[in-house]
Amino acid sequence: MIWSKEETLSREEIEAIQLERLKETVARVYERVAPYRKKMDEAGVCPEDIKSLSDLSRLPFVTKQDLRDNYPFGLFAVPREELVRVHASSGTTGKPTVVGYTEGDLKTWTECVSRIACMGGATRKDYAQICFGYGMFTGALGLHYGLENIGATIIPSSTGNSQKQIMYMQDFETSLLVATPSYALRLAEVAGEMGVDPKRDLHIKIALVGSEMLTDAMRDEMHRVWGEDMLITSNYGMSELMGPGVSGECEYMDGMHINEDFFIPEIINPETGEVLPVGERGELVITCIKKEGLPLIRYRTKDITRLNYEKCRCGRTFCRMENLSGRSDDMLKIRGVNVFPSQIEEVVLGFSELGPHYEILLEREGYNDKLTVRVELLTSTDSFSVLEDITRRVREKLKTVLGLDAKVTLVSPNTLERFEGKAKRIRDLRGIK
Amino acid sequence: MFAKQLTIFIENRTGRLCEVLNVLKKNDVNILSLSLADTTEFGLLRLIVDKPEAGKERLAEGGFSSLLSDISIIKIPHSVGSLQELLEVIDNSGVNIEYMYGLSIEDDNAYVVLKASDAEKVDKILDENGVVTVGCEDLIHIK
Repeated sequence: MIWSKEETLSREEIEAIQLERLKETVARVYERVAPYRKKMDEAGVCPEDIKSLSDLSRLPFVTKQDLRDNYPFGLFAVPREELVRVHASSGTTGKPTVVGYTEGDLKTWTECVSRIACMGGATRKDYAQICFGYGMFTGALGLHYGLENIGATIIPSSTGNSQKQIMYMQDFETSLLVATPSYALRLAEVAGEMGVDPKRDLHIKIALVGSEMLTDAMRDEMHRVWGEDMLITSNYGMSELMGPGVSGECEYMDGMHINEDFFIPEIINPETGEVLPVGERGELVITCIKKEGLPLIRYRTKDITRLNYEKCRCGRTFCRMENLSGRSDDMLKIRGVNVFPSQIEEVVLGFSELGPHYEILLEREGYNDKLTVRVELLTSTDSFSVLEDITRRVREKLKTVLGLDAKVTLVSPNTLERFEGKAKRIRDLRGIK
Repeated sequence: MFAKQLTIFIENRTGRLCEVLNVLKKNDVNILSLSLADTTEFGLLRLIVDKPEAGKERLAEGGFSSLLSDISIIKIPHSVGSLQELLEVIDNSGVNIEYMYGLSIEDDNAYVVLKASDAEKVDKILDENGVVTVGCEDLIHIK
């Protein structure tokens, strides 16, 4: 089902809405947000220069650092009393980044998430269990109000207490799961430990996963443990832009439809900042064109993807962004080679002898980077040759995919750390960046 | 006859071996013999216990995966040259020995645990040559 008629507008209609809203947003931000006005002045561009969508590229970028520099409310475009809610990002270093919503922003947010939930197959009949952490993180409340808006029944179980989560799923006949892909896999593990088979004993047919990349291998693994008939779609967003609801996959799972009447996407070369032609892979930059509280212009998401403007089989005309292939800031440089953790994940998940959890360890040995991948061994054996064979095959596969020699370490099942929110699988002990 | 050996994969980390042994202790599984072979990364703990099947189940509940495999527990005279003679018999048959470890527990006799590439064939050869093999339960009674 398609939630809003806007999702099927023609390209001309979409661009007309975008241009009108862009002009309005730039004028308002220039007037009300001093730090951004300063950036525009320095770049020698004023609101009147924005005459077409292609003029967008004349505007300066906003980065996470700008949000930190203006902590907490410096980039807001409304007086504080206009805000009805604030959230903060999970900032792992220093101050978090604070975002705020007016009443209008909350309505926009709910609309955006309702569309994404519908794309992922949700209906008013669903019992939706939200296994994202409630609190300052935008994920849980974003999905909460969007799903509630379409009439689904919300089970706000948050994260943690995984055994109780499984009990709710069984007793309430949960039909829809909201979680990170890694927590969805963890929940299946916990169910197994409790003697509950997710395929037979639970009723979950839909998973809306987000806040973490969903690789094809991860989706396959989810199908294996949760059932082949589960509809697993990923959705995308970040608190700086709104939270979840920026884009999401439809049932064809061929890229995430961006809510283009609210967000304008661009793809840039992360090193030079230049806009790349349609179809090329690079860093996603998003301009919010209908936000009141925190309307960020040309926000650098650091996420690596590419755009596809072809009409989708589902009937939607909004452009699609490919599932993320990494983040420009968690791209690892190992012995001069660019490596995305997702590439390592694909390799690990390709081995039935190994569990889906892994850890990437980077160390410095003399002048060399040393990469170690720690994986859980599921197979039982009494022979070293079997263990050596698995290690060798994983190592060879990593070499083919990454072009790098890695050390592979086998550990016992259930010994690597499990994550309920975003997984932190990389330990970089090199002391250099 | 064959006997069952319980093998557990453990990574080289302080306390890991103790955790495994703790599961066995709590469940009253008695260890009759063991061999711990290791590389720098991990080890294989091979155990002969009085209750192999129960041991495997209890370990699984404790989060350790293990494997039961067929091995021969061979009784040989506790004297110079007897092991060499035994190996000669096996070698002549063309069966490959994957590993072995010993337990010397009687005045007159010793026992060795032997894992062969073909457990059935080696069992037959031992029988034909009059070599005595015992089961795990027999080891309990040896004083």
